[in-house]
Amino acid sequence: MQVSKEQILHIANLARLNLKEDEVEEYLKNLDEILNFANIINNAPTEDLGITIGSNEEKNVFRKDEVKIFEDRDALLENAPSKENNMFKVPKII
Amino acid sequence: MSREDYEAVIGLEVHAELSTKTKIFCSCANEFGGEPNTNICPVCTAMPGALPVLNEKVVEYAVKAGLATNCSISKDSKNDRKNYFYPDTPKAYQISQYDKPLCENGHVEIETSDGNKKVIRIERIHIEDDAGKLNHDDFGGESLVDLNRAGVPLIETVSKPDMRSAEEAEQYLRKLKSIFEYIEVSDCKMQEGSLRADVNVSVRKKGDPLGTRTEMKNMNSFRSIVRAINYEIERQIDLIEDGRTGRARKLKVG
Amino acid sequence: MNITELTVHELQEKLKNKELTISEITKAYVDRINEKEKDVQAFVTTLTEEATKQSEEIEEKINSGEIKGEFAGIPIGIKDNMCTKGVKTTCSSKMLENFIAPYDATAVKKINEENIINLGKLNMDEFAMGGSTEHSYFHKTYNPWNLNKVPGGSSGGSAAAVAANMVPWALGSDTGGSIRQPASFCGVVGLKPTYGLVSRYGLVAFASSLDQIGPITKDVRDSAMLLNIITGHDEMDTTSANIEKKDYTKALKKDVKGMKIGVPKEFYGEGVQPEVEEKIKAALEEYKKLGAEIVEISLDVAEYSLATYYIIACAEASSNLGRFDGVRYTHRAKDYNGLWDLYKKSRSEAFGDEVKRRIILGTYVLSSGYYDAYYKKAQQVRTLVMNKFNEAFGKCDVIITPTSPTTAFDIGGKLNDPLSMYKADICTVSVNITGLPGISVPCGVDNDGMPIGMQIIGNRFEEEKILNAAYAYEQVEKFRENHKPTFKK
Repeated sequence: MQVSKEQILHIANLARLNLKEDEVEEYLKNLDEILNFANIINNAPTEDLGITIGSNEEKNVFRKDEVKIFEDRDALLENAPSKENNMFKVPKII
Repeated sequence: MSREDYEAVIGLEVHAELSTKTKIFCSCANEFGGEPNTNICPVCTAMPGALPVLNEKVVEYAVKAGLATNCSISKDSKNDRKNYFYPDTPKAYQISQYDKPLCENGHVEIETSDGNKKVIRIERIHIEDDAGKLNHDDFGGESLVDLNRAGVPLIETVSKPDMRSAEEAEQYLRKLKSIFEYIEVSDCKMQEGSLRADVNVSVRKKGDPLGTRTEMKNMNSFRSIVRAINYEIERQIDLIEDGRTGRARKLKVG
Repeated sequence: MNITELTVHELQEKLKNKELTISEITKAYVDRINEKEKDVQAFVTTLTEEATKQSEEIEEKINSGEIKGEFAGIPIGIKDNMCTKGVKTTCSSKMLENFIAPYDATAVKKINEENIINLGKLNMDEFAMGGSTEHSYFHKTYNPWNLNKVPGGSSGGSAAAVAANMVPWALGSDTGGSIRQPASFCGVVGLKPTYGLVSRYGLVAFASSLDQIGPITKDVRDSAMLLNIITGHDEMDTTSANIEKKDYTKALKKDVKGMKIGVPKEFYGEGVQPEVEEKIKAALEEYKKLGAEIVEISLDVAEYSLATYYIIACAEASSNLGRFDGVRYTHRAKDYNGLWDLYKKSRSEAFGDEVKRRIILGTYVLSSGYYDAYYKKAQQVRTLVMNKFNEAFGKCDVIITPTSPTTAFDIGGKLNDPLSMYKADICTVSVNITGLPGISVPCGVDNDGMPIGMQIIGNRFEEEKILNAAYAYEQVEKFRENHKPTFKK
């Protein structure tokens, strides 16, 4: 096993996911299989190669500093599960 | 051992809100403090499918700030995501700069009260987006999220740990403030939070390696910064004198 | 005349000759949906009433001369990961079960500007993660050629709806093959454009550096026409290519004389279903007869591409899906104890199994200690794959491979084996890693009558070459004349 139970619980926590006991087992197995397969990239001859972040070469793409008002602001709050005074409501943060 | 045998090592991370017309990644007005959630759009509320487009003025202002602080300007710069979950951060990541900041290796000169001049080195200046505002003053045990400030452009100026006293830290911050005001990239209103500093303090016996540092976040007045630094220096010296080294701690102020 | 069997260019012809009216077309499709949707289940949301009303309005406006437009009144279906203002946009997830998009995606806006009528939002694997449309929170979609088989995915609803004649054409999105593979499984044409050719604004992000929107159509001419509509520079997407808009239908010349077709041996042989290889080899013979030259090439990066693809796609997804936190849109868990619990419960309840699996993989490869070994290494391998394809295009104009190593598999067949599901993407993912354009065209059927797809890959922004190559073959193969979905159970 490449990944420990402790690790996967830590990862799930970072991703804000709860895992049930059977899910832990299943994901551990899946993650292990997939990483084992993914390890083949270690054989790839990448010495002296830079990284590629995206496949197109657009650079220096900027926007003018001009105000455009988004007209339908109400629609941005319409899907909120909980709101008050036009704000999104969440449990109190200490 | 007397207190004169110790020295403080202080570094500042200064956040300045840029006075552009619009936010960093969308065309919403860069204004807040008014009615909640009025300067918002799909981008700064992180609606599914929305994408950021960088404001050219943000780059221009950051470069200006870099030139005014003797930085070299990177020809190859990029933005990175800093992933974390918090309700004031709707995308669940801040768009900042990690390994390729816009400006690097600068410095400013400060003058202390005894008339001496000192150079404070600047490690980097990078651009990033501000978070929204959480209103806690509700009685119902809940917080309310206002995203007017989400996406307001910031530059973060990171100094080297070159300051040795609260006074030097204050002079450095005053210097940065006057530069940013003079080149008109930020209004630097500290009471409104448009200029704020994270302060790192550690204490060591002169000649020793760096001690354990304490980070005090989001400080927004000169007085509170000076007081906090002096208090922290005393506290850390006491700890060392007591035979305990300073435990790393993070304080969130304001 | 069976209206719903016609291609869009045929519909246009009939409209022009007054053999058909706009409302007749929409009515035919509404009837067809009412007849076939129960078997195929391609839609998440049908808009048949709205579409009917809209068709009457558009007809009136055309008759009064208020609007013109070659596509006015033609219906379409849209994959449910593109934002449609005022209409539910679910990504086939419980997370967005009731999400009403507050704005239109750029591609959708372009569709609306042509007065094209949206018949509904099409089913998909949740957040576009999957290759069978079995990972939809709402329901599976069934392959019109055999209802026991998957339609492919993630744009399975789009491909199945086109194959079943419930929409004349559809928009899909492709991150690792999600347009081409379902097009192949359903016997229709699917095009993934060059990264940057179509704006991604309003496409709910899965893996931002790989995602592209593209057409799923009955034939190659329709593909070129729909591509004409959705392309164009968009200042809302910084990766949108700032290049001149083209008329892709002009590329359809049938003439492939002297065209060099690269055939990478690594994409054939082991793991490829014999009939798939046979039919594609036969297609290559047809190309030879048409005057094209077949060039054997080597692209020994298929497995590296696949591993790299899953690392990069999951890493990007784990970050992109952070915004689904139950604060600004649902799903939010009913009971929770504080903010932490709200996040964790909401996300755990509302993301499906496959989405969680990929978020975990993505978070893992981005976490400290593994970042360099997986994520950074994968980004280097991405450079390697791009270099290899660049070299290949020094020797040929287009590259031909199977779209998928097999035809459509049985429903449930790979559901419990994620790795084997991932491995089925071996032929398609390189195209996303490199950002190149690729098209899947039908290429006969296997022994069970299931469609086979042939993938034609082009160099950057050379959509014209692959469209022309696909068109030339389509005219010879006459797939639509010879084969039809049977809806057998």
